[in-house]
Amino acid sequence: MSEFEGKESDLIPILQRIQASYGYLPEDIIRELSARTGIFVTKIMGVATFYSQFRLRPMGEHTIRVCFGTACHVNGSESIADALSDELKIPLGGTTQDGKFTLESVACLGCCSLAPVMMIDDETYGRLTPDKARNIIRELYAKEGASK
Amino acid sequence: MKIVIGLGSCGIASGGLKVKEEFEKLLAEHPGAAELAETGCMGMCYKEVNVEILEDDGRSTIYGEVSAERAREIFESHVLGGKPVEQYVVRSNYAENENDAFFNGQYRYVLDRCGKINPESIDEAIAAGAYRGAEKALKTMTPEEVIDEILRSGLRGRGGAGFPTGQKWKFARAPQADQKYIICNADEGDPGAFMNRSVLEGDPHAVIEGLLIGGYAIGATEGYIYVRAEYPLAIKRLKIAIKQAEERGFLGDNVMGTGFSFHLHIKEGAGAFVCGEETALIASIEGQRGMPRMRPPFPANRGLFGKPSNINNVETLADVGRIIADGAEKYAALGTEKSKGTKVFALAGKVKRGGLAEVPLGTSLRDVIYGIGGGTASGKPIKAVQMGGPSGGCIPADLLDTPIDYESLAATGAIMGSGGMIVMDEDNCMVDIARYFLTFIQSESCGKCTFCRIGTRRMLEILTRITKGEGREGDIELLEELGQQIKRSSLCGLGQTAPNPVLTTIRYFRNEYEAHIRDKKCPAHQCKALIRYEIQADKCVGCTVCARKCPAGAISGSAKNPHTIDQSKCIKCGICKSSCRFGAITVD
Repeated sequence: MSEFEGKESDLIPILQRIQASYGYLPEDIIRELSARTGIFVTKIMGVATFYSQFRLRPMGEHTIRVCFGTACHVNGSESIADALSDELKIPLGGTTQDGKFTLESVACLGCCSLAPVMMIDDETYGRLTPDKARNIIRELYAKEGASK
Repeated sequence: MKIVIGLGSCGIASGGLKVKEEFEKLLAEHPGAAELAETGCMGMCYKEVNVEILEDDGRSTIYGEVSAERAREIFESHVLGGKPVEQYVVRSNYAENENDAFFNGQYRYVLDRCGKINPESIDEAIAAGAYRGAEKALKTMTPEEVIDEILRSGLRGRGGAGFPTGQKWKFARAPQADQKYIICNADEGDPGAFMNRSVLEGDPHAVIEGLLIGGYAIGATEGYIYVRAEYPLAIKRLKIAIKQAEERGFLGDNVMGTGFSFHLHIKEGAGAFVCGEETALIASIEGQRGMPRMRPPFPANRGLFGKPSNINNVETLADVGRIIADGAEKYAALGTEKSKGTKVFALAGKVKRGGLAEVPLGTSLRDVIYGIGGGTASGKPIKAVQMGGPSGGCIPADLLDTPIDYESLAATGAIMGSGGMIVMDEDNCMVDIARYFLTFIQSESCGKCTFCRIGTRRMLEILTRITKGEGREGDIELLEELGQQIKRSSLCGLGQTAPNPVLTTIRYFRNEYEAHIRDKKCPAHQCKALIRYEIQADKCVGCTVCARKCPAGAISGSAKNPHTIDQSKCIKCGICKSSCRFGAITVD
């Protein structure tokens, strides 16, 4: 935080930095940020809730982001999301009970020629079918289970 | 010999880094066999990963769909043995290839250096012509002459609205102020659009040069590039490029020894579609919620931090350097009378050859979609093409001869937009597409204007009802009325264009809406509530594949006997139909 001068225009970069370290914006950190910069908590929360990048709750170990871009939509992204929801037994936006996966939608990953696409953490999976998507999750579970 | 790997985002998503690793390994085994280089997107996204082998005699061979295994094959046969692996070649400069059609009809003005140079090397960019325009502008032209040159080129804003760039610069030059700003809008938010990302990843210096020239023209000594956070690779390459330009004296104090100073900063967006709107973008840079402001005052008078500011799109700025270097006439010779130059499109959807296509304005939609894109991948007829994302509209197949220029596209009810071009075939339901865009817009509305905030929600409710088979008589008229009201009563472009996808689909595909409402049928078999999967007993051989694949356990039957679907359990995912090898499963 010390890199920044505490100007209001630095608020978004500061929040991005906090989220990069904690994975989300913890309440106590927001209070501390307010105390240090003099920016009101309400103002910080206003900005944090406006932008979809910011989260106020911790995430699962892995984040699955199903692309809902136009190219993905016309190539069936909804059925991919349905299949993942069903496989993980969570709705979009939810986190599995074991804390392994968070399932999210994303407006567009920009890999339109690979549609439909999903990203699990930093890995992109393209040309999906509902079946393929389910298998990717099963394989990940199998791999994680085996490594324990 | 040189091995060049295309490492734009889609190249990486397709496994480009694994291909690079493989080549590195191979080169370690055979030191000196070739030089390894990387570049941005070559444009052929449908054939990723792309690898080019450049031989010392100038022969270029581009391979498509390269995997680590294929990399080894290519290395052994071509790099070591001098024999190209014919079956993986997608393009070369010595033999014809079916993929040549993708490049015929294209004119690469903005994309000239993309996919050729290493985007992380300023030397390669300079050798290919970067910063020639900036040098000419700063050293030999007055700011007024620069603006005049851009005016004469006819360049119009490539973000979609098409306002003349020279005019915009003139407005920003006019006011006297102690500080002015020039901003690059790289918040490419339209779902299905990736032109700007490819330029930023493939040729970041072109954008920096455009900002430098624009800053000089309007008298701004500070510049910002507002990039969406979803583009980490573009941000990384921009940071490298800015640092290199600073080291060369192209950015910073006393640029190129001319006495002009220009400092450039990157601001990362945080995920808000509305921030593509100028005044919302300014609010976001200032650290506020990204909500549009009333205009006037226009940003040219009171913009960022209350100072005169000018905002241009990535592609617009990437055009600028070359226009100044080569002269306005050369640019103005391309395109039509009112729409000069070229435009980059992100061709995607149900198209056979999807990727980046840059064409002179005035080219017909048909030439782009059939000529460059090769029609649909499935071979099914095209139903419509969506242009301009959530602000645009669907143009039906019978209007595909429409020339791509600002006015002709606007006449169809769609817009030029930023360059997303999504092809749809008969399996796509137009009511569903309208609902899709409205879902997006409704969640991205910033909430400031009542009609945009609540009107889009009401429209979405009606559309959802229609796709669920609960549509009523009068719904279409209600959508049209609401759409007109939202357009009229919204402050910014987001609201003013939000109803377009609905209004254009009603205009051209009213019968599909009527089929949903009156017959409770979805002609494209997309709307789940209106379709039914059934097994044709005479075709089913009882192979049990569908029963095993069905995730809902809705299919029952014994081996070698016709199976049946329990409609109460069916989730209509379609897996059974796509896994049946006997064509026994139908949907209606």
